[in-house]
Amino acid sequence: MSGTRATAPGICVTLAVLMLFALMTASAASAAERTLKKATFIPLWSPQAQFAGFYTALDKGIYRKHGIDLTIINGGPNYSSAEYLRSGKADFAALWLTTALQERASGVKLVNIAQIVQDSSMMLVTRKASGIRTPADLNGKKVGLWGGDFAIPARAFFGKFHLRVQEVPQSYTVNLFLRGGIDAASAMWYNEYHTILNAGIDPDELKVFFLKDEGLNLPEDGLYALEKTVKNDPDLAAEFVSASLEGWEYAFAHPDEAVDIMIKYMRDAKIPANRMHQKWMLARMRDLIIPREDRSGYGRLGESDYAATVKILLEAGIIPVIPDFRDFARRPHAGR
Amino acid sequence: MPADRSIAFRLILVITLSGTLIFSAVLGYNYYRSRLVLQNELEHNAENLAMSSVNRVETVLTSVTKVTEGVARSLESGRYSHEELLGLLRATVRENSEIFGACTAFEPLSAKARPYGPYYYKQNGQLIYDPEVSFQYLLQDWYQISRELGKTEWTEPYYGDNGANTLMATCSTPFYEISGGTRRLKGIVASDVSLDWLTGMVASIKVLKTGYAFLLSRNGTIVTHPSKEMIMNETIFSLAEARNDQGLRALGRKMIQGKSDFLPYTDINGRKSWLYYAPIPSVGWTLAVVFPEAELLAQVKKLSLTDAAMGLTGILLLAIAVVFIARSITTPLQALAGATAAIARGDFEVELPAVRSNDEVGTLTTAFQVMKSSLKEYISRLTETTAAKERIESELNIAHDIQMGLLPKTFPPFPDRHEFDLFALMEPAKEVGGDFYDFFLVDDTHLCFVIADVSGKGVPAALFMAMSMTLIKATARQGFPPDEILARVNNELSRDNDTCMFVTTFCGVLDTETGELVYANGGHNLPLHLKSGNRVSWLPKSGGLMVGAMEGISYRREQLLLEPGDRLFLYTDGVTEAMNEQEEIFSDQRLERSLSAVLGHGLRESVDGIMAHIRAFSGTAPQSDDITLMMIHYNGTKDSRR
Repeated sequence: MSGTRATAPGICVTLAVLMLFALMTASAASAAERTLKKATFIPLWSPQAQFAGFYTALDKGIYRKHGIDLTIINGGPNYSSAEYLRSGKADFAALWLTTALQERASGVKLVNIAQIVQDSSMMLVTRKASGIRTPADLNGKKVGLWGGDFAIPARAFFGKFHLRVQEVPQSYTVNLFLRGGIDAASAMWYNEYHTILNAGIDPDELKVFFLKDEGLNLPEDGLYALEKTVKNDPDLAAEFVSASLEGWEYAFAHPDEAVDIMIKYMRDAKIPANRMHQKWMLARMRDLIIPREDRSGYGRLGESDYAATVKILLEAGIIPVIPDFRDFARRPHAGR
Repeated sequence: MPADRSIAFRLILVITLSGTLIFSAVLGYNYYRSRLVLQNELEHNAENLAMSSVNRVETVLTSVTKVTEGVARSLESGRYSHEELLGLLRATVRENSEIFGACTAFEPLSAKARPYGPYYYKQNGQLIYDPEVSFQYLLQDWYQISRELGKTEWTEPYYGDNGANTLMATCSTPFYEISGGTRRLKGIVASDVSLDWLTGMVASIKVLKTGYAFLLSRNGTIVTHPSKEMIMNETIFSLAEARNDQGLRALGRKMIQGKSDFLPYTDINGRKSWLYYAPIPSVGWTLAVVFPEAELLAQVKKLSLTDAAMGLTGILLLAIAVVFIARSITTPLQALAGATAAIARGDFEVELPAVRSNDEVGTLTTAFQVMKSSLKEYISRLTETTAAKERIESELNIAHDIQMGLLPKTFPPFPDRHEFDLFALMEPAKEVGGDFYDFFLVDDTHLCFVIADVSGKGVPAALFMAMSMTLIKATARQGFPPDEILARVNNELSRDNDTCMFVTTFCGVLDTETGELVYANGGHNLPLHLKSGNRVSWLPKSGGLMVGAMEGISYRREQLLLEPGDRLFLYTDGVTEAMNEQEEIFSDQRLERSLSAVLGHGLRESVDGIMAHIRAFSGTAPQSDDITLMMIHYNGTKDSRR
């Protein structure tokens, strides 16, 4: 149980939050005066701790404090955040970098305004009992692949190891894998992997391939907006990013409260909510969002990560050209 | 245990304590055994309960499986037109009450093929047709799992998205086109089943008051549970994770592996319970029944408490009974003790407790009664005897007075006679003594004196003494010499002497003019002659027998000339045989020394002095015999002196 003891950074964060609260009352008043800017945001998926920072910021009034009357559109299997962003149904969207690059390549003028998840959390999970020990052992096996852009990292993995696998479309459950319908399943470390564990399979019964360990560290959830949105109101984009990052800070500083908030939103969305699962997810998100002790690159898309991702996509023939990093990743700055 | 506690107290203490001890042991063992028996019975019951529930579930699910597989076989065996297929689905849904909806989802022949998955489901008693125009089903578990595994499978339970938010599960089975020895997947037949009946049934499984059943899906997801918020949200493994309980995780793994067991279990509220779980084979789910231990044992506890209450009551009654018995023993005993104390004080009229039983106490009471009456009788006899004795004693006192009255006690006896002086003293050992002395003038010049000791003591001795004294006096007055006096008196006394009493007698006649003393000794102690020259000598032995013992005895007449100033000291054996505490006798020697010591004193002082010596010698030793002293002082006549 880390975090039960007040560590020095913990106290600092708490103090910072307290100060923010103090500021909030003042700025909230001024925000009310200048009227809140309405904005919409769609995460990648339905409410879960993967997006705890955003929901926490919403719930704790952090967006309002930053002058934004934010609406979070609950994602889910029937909601594509890329489509929402493209069509303008959402001002801001969370997208994987691979998706965003594809969108960009296909002509959608979107820009990365923040990179939340720095590391790839994707993994291929197999049962040790199936005899798979190395990536090569996956050759010819049935592998569950998510649809669309979520298949990109896995396909890059197969390409890297020259594997020909039987691709089986994988839904958002892992039941097909659990029943033995496929040999390997796509899984996110923070989500499906834990679901598999909590379906009664012990970690030592599994052989997992972390894509980031195989040279495929594709940064995942980033915040995106259309170029014109940022151009029209750079303040809004900047405030949205600041508030979102603040929300994440708050969630990591108060994991139990963040999980409570998350479960509340999940219940509202009538989504089965499991506290332990959300706890696990939030903890893993922290590992992925702040992978380095020095917190370097927090919230920003690293240029080398960008370059590595672009290279993988180029090689896979998914994108034809390399977008300029400065065009693609813009840290919007407040006008003042 | 203090020995000074009453019998009742000890009885109560010992019996109650022993009773409690025995009872506690029995109760404890009983509790232990009952618990075991209950546990065995529980396991049996749990198994029965779970299995009967499992069978009920299984019957329904198996029928759904059969129907679904039946549709698949029909689709394989014949060619169905679109209308015929819809008819088959309609009939399937309509005729099987358990089936909520049925679908035949066809595997697309190519990526560009139109999806074809007609679906019928029930809504408000009506059959609704949903043509399912998207390929969404290709990603559904029910489709994928059956497709990939090529066999009939049940999905994990899920919430139906038809608004009712009911828990559903789908049974799906593949159907194939078999042509020319090859088998190609044509599609999947799926039957949706609402699990409301199942959750309702599991929820209705009543286990005592607070026990319950719950259902786990194949993934360990909690499908039914009394805690609503756990349903579909938690798996047994997430619970184990939350509780950080590896044991629960291990248990969960066994449960979803289709095993069954009966084991102790701590439920989500931390209550100690027993858990029985068994698989529902057709779906691979697990039914678990939780028996709260406290409630199970409540019966045993209740029984034990009842037992304890009964036992306590019993022990209380036992104690009361013991009190009663103890009192029935001790009350007569106490009454007896009280009566005995009264008897000890001399109250023989006190009532002894009535004998109410034939037990030891009754016997004791009877014995006490006998003792009381015996004592009473004895005491009354004793009183009579004492009264008689007192009467005799008073008579003896009178006799003593008479006896003492017989003895001349006026000293000097003959104040006008100066030739001699005489002093005598008798100290009887009993009230009436056997000693006597006498002296009288036979004629003008002759003094007769006698000292005697009758054998025996008391009244007979006194009477014998009175008789002897009278006889001696009467005989002596006739002027007989002492030997003759003794002989005559002897004859008188020994005649008709049935009691064989006798008297030792020393009798002397002193010629007061000449100092010539004639005497005879009838077995008496030899007197002492105290010469004026301060010499003490015993009179010579004359060997006469006791007077009265035998008829016809003669006594020797002895003579002694007393010089003026001589003294004659006569005594009885009470003097020389007087004893001290060390049982030493006074003896002749001490008497001689005593006499020597009093020489030169006056007559009365001398006798008193000797008496004082004897008393001093005897100390506190009781006087066993009469003590008689007589001393005669001869002065001689004035003529002879002249």
